[in-house]
Amino acid sequence: MNLESLYQDLILDHYKNPLNKKLAENPGISVHHVNPSCGDEVTLHLTGDRSELKSVTWDGVGCSISQASTSVMSDLVQGKSPAQAESILNSFMEMMQSKGGSQGDLELLGDGVAFSGVSKFPARIKCALLGWMALKDAMVQLDLI
Amino acid sequence: MPLDVSTIKADFPILQRKVRHDNPLIYLDSGATSQKPIQVIDAVSNFYKNHNSAVHRGAHLIAEEATDAYEGAREKVAKFIDGDPDEVIFTKSATESLNALAYSIGNAAKGSPFYLDENSEILVSELEHHANLIPWQELAKRTGAKLTWFEIDEDVRLDYSNIDQLINKKTKIIAITHQSNVSGAITDLPAIVERAKVVGALTILDACQSAPHMDISVKKLGIDFYAFSGHKAVGPTGIGILWGRTELLDQLPPFLYGGSMVTSVTMTGATFAKSPRKFEAGVPNMAGAVGLGVALDYLSDIGMENIHNHEIALTQYSLEKLAQVEGLTVIGPKNVEMRGAVLSFTVDGIHPHDLGQALDENGIAVRTGHHCAWPLMKKMKLVATTRASLYLYNDFTDVDHLITGIESAKKFFLKSGR
Repeated sequence: MNLESLYQDLILDHYKNPLNKKLAENPGISVHHVNPSCGDEVTLHLTGDRSELKSVTWDGVGCSISQASTSVMSDLVQGKSPAQAESILNSFMEMMQSKGGSQGDLELLGDGVAFSGVSKFPARIKCALLGWMALKDAMVQLDLI
Repeated sequence: MPLDVSTIKADFPILQRKVRHDNPLIYLDSGATSQKPIQVIDAVSNFYKNHNSAVHRGAHLIAEEATDAYEGAREKVAKFIDGDPDEVIFTKSATESLNALAYSIGNAAKGSPFYLDENSEILVSELEHHANLIPWQELAKRTGAKLTWFEIDEDVRLDYSNIDQLINKKTKIIAITHQSNVSGAITDLPAIVERAKVVGALTILDACQSAPHMDISVKKLGIDFYAFSGHKAVGPTGIGILWGRTELLDQLPPFLYGGSMVTSVTMTGATFAKSPRKFEAGVPNMAGAVGLGVALDYLSDIGMENIHNHEIALTQYSLEKLAQVEGLTVIGPKNVEMRGAVLSFTVDGIHPHDLGQALDENGIAVRTGHHCAWPLMKKMKLVATTRASLYLYNDFTDVDHLITGIESAKKFFLKSGR
């Protein structure tokens, strides 16, 4: 494991040029998640119904892993059904819990597989999951899953 | 006398090990916990191998030996801080010391010098670690007292400009850090203690970041209570110290009740022993105390003044080197006046957690995050910093490694196109 394989270009690209990082107004729900061990923060706005996540926008401060992962997540689940979003989320979590054993499901996770290396660093898994946990919380609160 | 760092390093087995990519460990995280010399590791092991028995009980030889070792450790702590052995209370951590004190104060009845109500004020500061903030927040809530605090100045030192307003007739308790675990700023205690005495406030010192690093006399400081943890002073984990002045400990109600802290017990009540027994209910962490005693001997043999001077030289060198790194900002005093060897900084364009990860790839262990001082970070409008904290086993080469590591992280994260 070296820095290059942990911080793939794709992660650093998303960190520098994040997608959907502008909170939409009047969302269906707004959630704020913090990683209490490091202080990283993500606010997520979600609008959607049982058929479609219509708008997933966010804002946040934190390390490249937490911010890039949230960017990738917002892009992946935008326009998907809550059920599809949940299976993407579960697939991402499974990869994160694999301790480096899983390369990730490219079809489901797309750019998300770039985070497979993070699963070898226990201290960083929470970073990668910050935005995803916010999404899950938002979907639960909107009673979508 | 300059420290012989290579000899000191050789006493610490963990500093001999290799970490990622077979790099030697460059340990710059002593502010979180210090490493342990073989003398301490052996002392803990020896206690369990040869003397383990419940102290202050038991009609047998090893119980006597355990009691002697435990009480001997108390004497060593007392000598280290220039207090009396009966004023030294063993706890599990500085966090427990401060919480126990806050609870004991909260148990005080009306008429006690510790009694607080809505006319009282508890003074803390924005520099506090959560462990010396939240116990007082909660005590204020329980008693109706008002929590007040010192703010910080641009050097991340305490701002003393309104000290006469902050320490007023209502101020009953001043709980303050001796040295910030974020900025390294050392508190101007004489100013605070002098003013506290004028209004009759109690002074409680969180010495976690100072006790392991400088020669301290609680008597000369003129404070009332003093807390520090063993594990930051090359001692074992799970052992902390609460020191208090005898006349105050005599009047302070206990917090934990149980075995060994009583003089007599009936079915309806109990009377309590004097300090330190009054505050040490249950079978204590004997091996931890013994290990701490040996740890403090280890530091004293080298000399606290020598250790402090070594750290000042290292800090001076670090500040000079860090100032030369483009885009790097030191969070805290930029000189070694009233400052310890805790160096927090940010680097433009690199989040501290990412920087910490990159340093770790080179075997350099630092702390990143809010350092359990969240209100301070918010005040400084920062999410996190990277912190290098130095100790007696660090040398100038370790600092050079840190600087090289930061430069190589900059190359990686800030290279063009990224």
